[in-house]
Amino acid sequence: MKFLPLLWSSLWRKKVRTIFTLLSIFVAFLLFGLLMTIRGAFSFGVEIAGIDRLVLIHKVSLIMPLPVSYLARLNTTEGVTMATHNTWFGGVYQDPANFFAQIAVEPEPFTKLYPEYKVPPEQMKAWLADRQGVMVGVDLAKRFGWKVGDRVPIVGTIWQPKQGQVWEFNIAGLYDGDTGVDKTQFFFRYDYLDENRRGGQGLVGWYIVKIADPGAAQQMGAKFDEMFANSSAETKTTTEKGFVEGFAKQVGDIGAIMISITIAVLFTMILVAANTMAQSVRERTSEVGVLKTLGFSNASILVLVLSESVLIAVIGGGLGLLTAWAFVQQGDPTGGMLPIFILPTRDVVLGGALVVGLGLLAGMWPALNAMNLKITDALRRA
Amino acid sequence: MFNWISQTIAVTALNLRTIPRRLGSSGVAIVGIAGVVIVLVSVLSIAAGFTAAMQQSGSPSRAIVMRSGADSEMTSGLSGAEVDVIKQAPGLRRDGQTAIASAELYVIIDIPKKSTNTSANVPMRGIEQTAMSVRGEASIVEGRMLEFGTNEIVVGRGANGQFAGLTVGNEFKSGQNTWKVVGIFETDGAVSETEIWCDSRVLQGVYRRGNSYQTVLAQLDSSDSFNTFRDWLTANPQVNVQVRREADYYAQQSRALSGLIQGVGVGIAALMGIGAVFGAILTMYTAVSTRSREIATLRALGFNTTSVVVSVLVESLALAAIGGALGGVGAYFAFNGYQTSTMNFSTFSQVAFAFQVTPQLLVMGLIYALAMGLIGGLFPALRAARLPIPTALREL
Repeated sequence: MKFLPLLWSSLWRKKVRTIFTLLSIFVAFLLFGLLMTIRGAFSFGVEIAGIDRLVLIHKVSLIMPLPVSYLARLNTTEGVTMATHNTWFGGVYQDPANFFAQIAVEPEPFTKLYPEYKVPPEQMKAWLADRQGVMVGVDLAKRFGWKVGDRVPIVGTIWQPKQGQVWEFNIAGLYDGDTGVDKTQFFFRYDYLDENRRGGQGLVGWYIVKIADPGAAQQMGAKFDEMFANSSAETKTTTEKGFVEGFAKQVGDIGAIMISITIAVLFTMILVAANTMAQSVRERTSEVGVLKTLGFSNASILVLVLSESVLIAVIGGGLGLLTAWAFVQQGDPTGGMLPIFILPTRDVVLGGALVVGLGLLAGMWPALNAMNLKITDALRRA
Repeated sequence: MFNWISQTIAVTALNLRTIPRRLGSSGVAIVGIAGVVIVLVSVLSIAAGFTAAMQQSGSPSRAIVMRSGADSEMTSGLSGAEVDVIKQAPGLRRDGQTAIASAELYVIIDIPKKSTNTSANVPMRGIEQTAMSVRGEASIVEGRMLEFGTNEIVVGRGANGQFAGLTVGNEFKSGQNTWKVVGIFETDGAVSETEIWCDSRVLQGVYRRGNSYQTVLAQLDSSDSFNTFRDWLTANPQVNVQVRREADYYAQQSRALSGLIQGVGVGIAALMGIGAVFGAILTMYTAVSTRSREIATLRALGFNTTSVVVSVLVESLALAAIGGALGGVGAYFAFNGYQTSTMNFSTFSQVAFAFQVTPQLLVMGLIYALAMGLIGGLFPALRAARLPIPTALREL
């Protein structure tokens, strides 16, 4: 710590060079933060998806509906804590570009199965009292400026109402959640959908079943599929985590692409930083000679050079990560396409480790050279 | 004047000839720039490939008819009666009495994706016998066309490449139904190459659709008869439809995903570019610093400052050009034509496409590299020229 003034002054010897080094490391780690965020956004919340919740879809494909009669059978099956169903609505609010998820649910079982969606009790009561009530995520409400009590008209696409084309909803409440929870969804009541749709009565999209023992997920899944095998609507059961993962995988291996870009960027960065560091040390060979004459040991020279390198990396990289984090706090810039837009703490810590690693790697070769310099050679080079 | 030019040429030639002596720092500059160009070009080639696939799809001389209010083929629904009315509309090309129009169903079927081994939403289209004549660009390239009335299917080249088990002669079970692949078709790289085609009547049975369809794809008599066709249908009280040119429909379907891919690609490219410029400046600074003495000596000998500046810039541009070319060539060989597929959320189904490293991208990469070389070399060059000769001679 007592050498900090020495380090600081040697940094600012060549102001321009130091500034540009800081800037390029800053950009590299800003990119790192953003790429990790994008990678997370494309995994659609797979980390918090439940493993004690199973999803049953039609075996042929997700777009085929299942009969609502399965609900009773699932609820009376041994090992099942609770079962409910969801139905995709896919309506249009003003403009198809304003996409957000609209799902018909059974209010009470749904909120019990998903405690991560936090609903205030009075709003829950209002939802149960109003057939046309909806529970809207806080992020979605912020996006469109909705408040509790607002009336929201949505044009039906898959399901048309008996009269006209527009379904009317009242916002009964707003749900909140911890970081990583998708707060952009629109949950309304299944009974309202079923009574008012033109055809398709008694059909639901998919089932969600909470099982008592998460370890038995595989067997329970097999049991359900067997229950409905050879019927008109055969099912395919996966854990909720597997289901979300499947979706993420359909989008393609975005994660791998992001990581490879990051590696390429960081590699180039290390190259440039190492080159700069080497030049910087080479220029001060005579100074190193003087330090050694004064009695600084070889090891301390090594530490000094490495510290200088790490200091630059930490300042530049730290600022870059901070800026990335601040940008991500603003929320999803695409307006709805990436609901989970956060920079996980784990990636910030990883970034920090990479910053220090970059500093050490870049400074290693010049530091070793400086360490092994003979005093007479060093002084002669002046 | 002449003196100045000959000085510049001499110093520049000297610089370029001695590059091999500075392989270390030159190498760093080249590798750094090549790295940036590879990443830039490959990220943008994803967007280019996807856009190309979507643009190939959809002809302006064909019209697609869907239920009014539906935002995609999947959410549309037309009854058999409505389809009969649609086929009577004026403006359609006719072969004798038969309208060149195909009433179709569009569903998705779960098939594992080869690259991840997990299920994917593969689009499946129920077609009528007129489908091949409606789609002039479609041709069977392997096997044969399916026999209507049976559970035979033909798959697109893209689907065959991306999803498991879609080879000629193979049979697979989906729910209670077995499908048999008898042929592979191509449509010039359009999005329809990701689809599986079967008889719409058979599909209606399997997906319990009764006598209903989802869209009618019609070959117009001429590109101009679109208005006649559309106006007759929208005015007709027997049907409740929206009519669009197929090209417009596909453009709209791809807008969201193209926008996202482009946005992310351009954003990453821009940031990388900024970082690369700083890196280039640093590298050139270092390269010039190592030769401060040489440059000072030249100046002491009487070479004028401008020729020194120009020579440093030319060297920087030369290194950047090599880096840019290497990066572009590397991106081309590594990524061009790389087949992949992703999910288009507008249609909720997979779209297969290939990365496309277009000539525009290569040129853009080269220009970018040269810009980096220019900016990177400018400041160090100016600094080298302005440093007082005694100070420069004293530097290492």
